[in-house]
Amino acid sequence: MRVTQGTFSFLPDFTDQQIHEQVQYCIDNGWAVSIEYTDDPHPRNTYWEMWGHPMFDNPDAAAVVYELNECRKIYGSYYIRIIAFDSSPGWESIRLSFIVNRPPEEPGFKLSRTEVKGRNIQYSITPYSSDNPQGSRYK
Amino acid sequence: MPDGDKKLDAKARYSAGVLEYKKMGYWEPDYSPKDTDVIALFRITPQDGVDPIEAAAAVAGESSTATWTVVWTDRLTACEKYRAKAYRVDPTPNNPNEYFAYIAYELDLFEPGSIANLTASIIGNVFGFKPLKALRLEDMRLPVAYVKTFQGPATGIVVERERLNCYGRPLLGATVKPKLGLSGRNYGRVVYEALKGGLDFTKDDENINSQPFMHWRDRFLYCMEAVNRASAATGEVKGTYLNVTAGTMEEMYKRAEFAKELGSVIIMIDLVIGYTAIQSMAKWARDNDMILHLHRAGHGTYTRQKTHGVSFRVIAKWMRLAGVDHIHAGTVVGKLEGDPATTKGYYDICREEQNSVSLETGVFFDQDWASLNKVMPVASGGIHAGQMHQLIHYLGEDVVLQFGGGTIGHPQGIAAGATANRVALEAMVYARNAGRDYLAEGPTILAEAAKTCTPLREALDIWKDVTFDYASTDAPDFVPTTSVS
Repeated sequence: MRVTQGTFSFLPDFTDQQIHEQVQYCIDNGWAVSIEYTDDPHPRNTYWEMWGHPMFDNPDAAAVVYELNECRKIYGSYYIRIIAFDSSPGWESIRLSFIVNRPPEEPGFKLSRTEVKGRNIQYSITPYSSDNPQGSRYK
Repeated sequence: MPDGDKKLDAKARYSAGVLEYKKMGYWEPDYSPKDTDVIALFRITPQDGVDPIEAAAAVAGESSTATWTVVWTDRLTACEKYRAKAYRVDPTPNNPNEYFAYIAYELDLFEPGSIANLTASIIGNVFGFKPLKALRLEDMRLPVAYVKTFQGPATGIVVERERLNCYGRPLLGATVKPKLGLSGRNYGRVVYEALKGGLDFTKDDENINSQPFMHWRDRFLYCMEAVNRASAATGEVKGTYLNVTAGTMEEMYKRAEFAKELGSVIIMIDLVIGYTAIQSMAKWARDNDMILHLHRAGHGTYTRQKTHGVSFRVIAKWMRLAGVDHIHAGTVVGKLEGDPATTKGYYDICREEQNSVSLETGVFFDQDWASLNKVMPVASGGIHAGQMHQLIHYLGEDVVLQFGGGTIGHPQGIAAGATANRVALEAMVYARNAGRDYLAEGPTILAEAAKTCTPLREALDIWKDVTFDYASTDAPDFVPTTSVS
């Protein structure tokens, strides 16, 4: 399967040039761009690890692409995403978030059902890869 | 306009009998509205021979303190404070029988935090008043002091996006079709296919409640099976608007509680449940971490005709106060009423921190929303993937685009229809961010994306000639003209 979180997961994976274009769009809007990585793609895993702080005051998308490739050297088998933060009043949140690196294989998620009272079912979703400890989930 | 009337002294004013409204104190051409006044703008069409100023004064009177005759009991109160004051009457640009009447209301006329109380005055008895042929509430200015007495949207655009983990693009939805007659099991099939194929949301239609062919618990249970399976299949947070509209508040709360117990992220209500019920559900939604979708069922009966009723821009303002998170606000290019400029005005009311006067989009007042959350507008009705560039151009990024037929009617099935829409959307946002002139190049951008996406190719082929190009019944009165300087 393919984890389709993020703004552009239904498009073919971006080249570094395409990533550069999208990052520059964020910078030109005044947003601080950040790189985050994880080996736990659960839909409600909010806090991926930060590859440094958001790059406030950085005018050049090339610096972000450089950092992304540094991150890939260590976490090339992880999910990596680009996130853009907007600090303007009324937003103060993320404005763009897209996946720029994936594990070579994505085994997907297990859906568990627990039958509770009546016909009610309680569901839980678990990434198949999370059976392994953090750091040894994707090859 | 000249008033031609002098203020009466107290003895003349309060002698028993009938007096023109404008002489009773409801016409004050020199009045300058206070920052704390509620201001309403009405389009009035007086009966033949009725002076427009008297008609405006009558509207002010009948929507505040007046009755048809002089009453001495006025003198027991600070009656001048409580009288609404018509202070400006303008001819409309295009129809000599219609006038714009500006009326200011003292804030103390209204109970804090109650749309029901506000509307009982502003659109109460006055709409049946005989000296008027027709009356339309066009816009309102709500003072900050009053705005702050309302909760506002339970969740708001920012937090909705954070909960859904979805940024940078419009959300995608579809209404399950056929809207009536599916069993719970069959209904959930449509939800599963559409969400797995790439939509963020599916939606109950306004008239899906609890009928013989599908009772509400069945729908909720099968829908949540579908939502969770789709979430597991994609790694995304998914939702389906479970319509909790019912005959009583008790029943609505019961259904909402069950939706929460099942883990739904969103519930839905219809406008026809009434303003108080909407405010109650918004409070429940805030207390229970639930996004609240409002389907504007019924609004067309009073919003569509230009001379009589209530403009949808006013309904949008009331609903932002009342506290809904989603509201259907038009598509521009789809099958339902919606002139582009007027629709932009509605979207601005839902999404801006502050609205500025913009006559070309029908916004007559500056409005400060005082940090009330923003409402996510929903575009639904006769839209398809081939219009993606126009939809993003007209409606922007913070909107739910709902393709019902445009998902479920896809020749390769529901999931393929959903995928076509998602690919078209992402390709267009990508092109926009990359600096392309996506409106002009829209068809090319879609054709390029379709090269690696067969479902999109098929969607573009089948719906390429579908447009709904009819004259709008509710276009703005003011059209910008180019000035030469």
